[in-house]
Amino acid sequence: MTVTGRLLEVDNLSKRFGGFVALENISLSVAPGERLGLIGPNGSGKSTLVNCICGTLHNEAGTVRFDGRTVDGLAAHQRTHLGLARSFQLPRPFVSLNLIDNIRIPLLYTVAVRGKHHGADEVEARCVDLLREVGLDAKATRLPRDLTQVEMRKLELARAMAAEPKLLIADEAMAGLTHSEVEDILALLVRLNEQGVTVILIEHIMRAVMSFSLRLVVLVSGRKIADGDPNEVMRDPEVERAYLGQ
Amino acid sequence: MIFSFDLLINAVLSGILIGGFYAAVTAGVSLSFGILDIVNIAHPAFIILGSYVAYIVNTTLGVDPILTAVIMLPAFYVLGTGIYQVYYVSFEKRGQESLRGLAFFFGLLFITEVSLVLYFGVDYRYVEASYIGPTWHFGTIDMPLRILVPCVVSLLLIAVLQLVLSKTFIGRAIMAVAQDQLALRLMAVDPIRIKRIAFGISIATASLAGAFLIIIQPVEPSVGRDYIGRVFAICVLGGMSSLPGTVIAAMMIGIVESLTATFYGPSWAPAVSFGFLLLTLAVRPAGLLGR
Amino acid sequence: MRTPVFLAICLAVAAAVYAAAVGVGNDYVFFAGYVILQYIVLSTAWNILGGYCGYVNFGSAAFFALGAYSTVATYKLIETQELPHVVPLPVLMLIGGVVSGIVGFGMGYLTLRLRGAFFAIATLALAVVLQTLIVNWDFVGGSRGAYVLRPEDLPLIGPYIRYLFLVMLLLAVAALVIARLIERSRLGYGFATIRDDELAAEASGVPTLRLKLIATTISGALMGMAGAPFPYYIGYLQPASTFGLDYAVNSIAMPLIGGTTSWVGPLIGTILLGSLQQIVTVTISSAVNLLVVGVILVAFVILAPNGIIGLVHHYWQRKPEDFVGRRHVETDAPGAVP
Repeated sequence: MTVTGRLLEVDNLSKRFGGFVALENISLSVAPGERLGLIGPNGSGKSTLVNCICGTLHNEAGTVRFDGRTVDGLAAHQRTHLGLARSFQLPRPFVSLNLIDNIRIPLLYTVAVRGKHHGADEVEARCVDLLREVGLDAKATRLPRDLTQVEMRKLELARAMAAEPKLLIADEAMAGLTHSEVEDILALLVRLNEQGVTVILIEHIMRAVMSFSLRLVVLVSGRKIADGDPNEVMRDPEVERAYLGQ
Repeated sequence: MIFSFDLLINAVLSGILIGGFYAAVTAGVSLSFGILDIVNIAHPAFIILGSYVAYIVNTTLGVDPILTAVIMLPAFYVLGTGIYQVYYVSFEKRGQESLRGLAFFFGLLFITEVSLVLYFGVDYRYVEASYIGPTWHFGTIDMPLRILVPCVVSLLLIAVLQLVLSKTFIGRAIMAVAQDQLALRLMAVDPIRIKRIAFGISIATASLAGAFLIIIQPVEPSVGRDYIGRVFAICVLGGMSSLPGTVIAAMMIGIVESLTATFYGPSWAPAVSFGFLLLTLAVRPAGLLGR
Repeated sequence: MRTPVFLAICLAVAAAVYAAAVGVGNDYVFFAGYVILQYIVLSTAWNILGGYCGYVNFGSAAFFALGAYSTVATYKLIETQELPHVVPLPVLMLIGGVVSGIVGFGMGYLTLRLRGAFFAIATLALAVVLQTLIVNWDFVGGSRGAYVLRPEDLPLIGPYIRYLFLVMLLLAVAALVIARLIERSRLGYGFATIRDDELAAEASGVPTLRLKLIATTISGALMGMAGAPFPYYIGYLQPASTFGLDYAVNSIAMPLIGGTTSWVGPLIGTILLGSLQQIVTVTISSAVNLLVVGVILVAFVILAPNGIIGLVHHYWQRKPEDFVGRRHVETDAPGAVP
């Protein structure tokens, strides 16, 4: 935890792709234990922001501080070791490994690195438990190609959770889910949060975002246009314009 | 190592001329690797194939090699589209292009080279044309026509390609397919068809490059191997998909090779382009005029 | 099956193979067998980087040749300094392994941050650069080549070729045990994630660059060790053939044909393809032999991408990936395997 008490601090972060400015001077911070919602139209830069925070992409300008440390220049896997985890918007499972083994990877390479030693049986049990939490334990020994799109999103989430993060960024984990499935995932994220995990939820399903978030950030065309209480943000005229107008 | 100004000038000039030729050799790879992202390491094998085709027609019918190559363009184009179709169905569609696609082209390279050895043997082959013997002299400067003519025609080829890519619909579609396949589909253009056409053009350039090669030097089947490194070195150095970049990079490598061969001996020459490649990849993978 | 048991079985099989070879009574068996054993090592080594991690190495010949030329350099050094003893073969192999391992590490460090395609091209470049350096290095004979005298018959074993065969047999066992050990360890999981999706691997905490460097180093070192005895086998070493493309093709074709997902693949691929090549070379010609290799490679890559392992599992109704998926992790303690 930092002097300022913030778990994640993003300072004036900018990212360009050639001539295209994907993110411009984004600043935001997340307190430990917070539930932050991040919304914005398609192409507004949400996933790019996540990629820059997690180290998958390299931002040209700005700083990212996590848990008191400046993480600029750290490789993605090092940031994961520090406690930052994310699910990918388009699921990226390990296609030649079955579900249990997919979940096993963060346990072997992130949790183990932090000094927690588990026996082989314990690790296997933990994998199955995680799969059960997202409702995939029935397909534990199957391969990702046997999963539906929705199931692959759940696997993404479970794999991110397996890294036992301090901060979990869920990037559109609920796309395509039914009403009750959305409720299940929401309940799961709330449970995680109650156990001390800070969560950033990136979603298009508004009622999920509104019910989950304690604070809402809105991104439009690479710029942050709103940051505050969810209800107030939704009443902001600029936000209305971004979603309804133009 | 005797250093003389004349030697230097001729070496540099020779490098520039060869560089023009190298650009034509690389143009096909700029298309297949730079734009389509297909690592066709068998490209030099198709160039050698072009050389042998020119050789056969030249020795049996006495036709000029460049003319032969132009006539053979459609055949090589069809060969290219066929190979792309196999590549697409077997690898791209299944998402396995990294390991198996590479192995596929490596296998093609091998099959082509060995088949040529079986059919023609390892003797050096050469062609006859009116411009192969003479050399123009300007004072101390020597310009062998057998290098000058291919260089000029190469640059012409590059210019035509550049025009096609920037002015015609197909050409622009090819550039677009590298950037945004979805947008292409929305414009009712099939990206697979465009890629097939582009790869066909890529192999067609090999026909001409092959003719140039056998004009410049005698050819035997393993000559292609020297060009694998050169071609990718020039492609990467020139910024992958940029044809003007390819020309500049090609001349640079041509000059360095020429200077090395002149002052250090020809046995060091193969290392130059490959060494360049390693350096470029290590230091600036985006190339000199990079993307 | 625990590793020590596997090792014991391999050694038993090796002993049987050696005994059978001696029993045949014709030294040709040793000459032919040596080549196949050498390729078992080369293809297994290639597969650690290519099959497990998904990074194609076209420069197997370079690492092999480095091992061979380290031996030549050592040999010439002893000759010119008029040192009394011949360096024992295992030491030469160690030297070859270290040299190739270092070069593998260095090349990996330069290029592994790039995409797999660039790495593959860089390996091609490396092979040519190294060949040019050797050709211009007169100490090891340059383009004229180098003669290496084969030591005399040894007590107990007999002709030196039998000793070479035995040493290569043990190296093959070592290579297979190493490959199997990697496959079943945490390292093997890490390699698989690199092959499947490097970005997701990084996000899950896998140090991809470090693992890739490990793979390149081990792979290069094994290839160097396979090359170290080669000068004694062939007697006359020449850059053109030592750096020849057939080493590159074979070390790629054999794992791809056998199956890249496990240590069994390169073994099967080598035995089948190697034997086929011996037959074709002897009955038809060595040029046709190479053509056959190329055609088989392309055919398998298109029609049977998972190799013979894949075909076998297909016909036994199980998927090859299931075979891989059901791993048994032997070591969990983080210190055991990096």
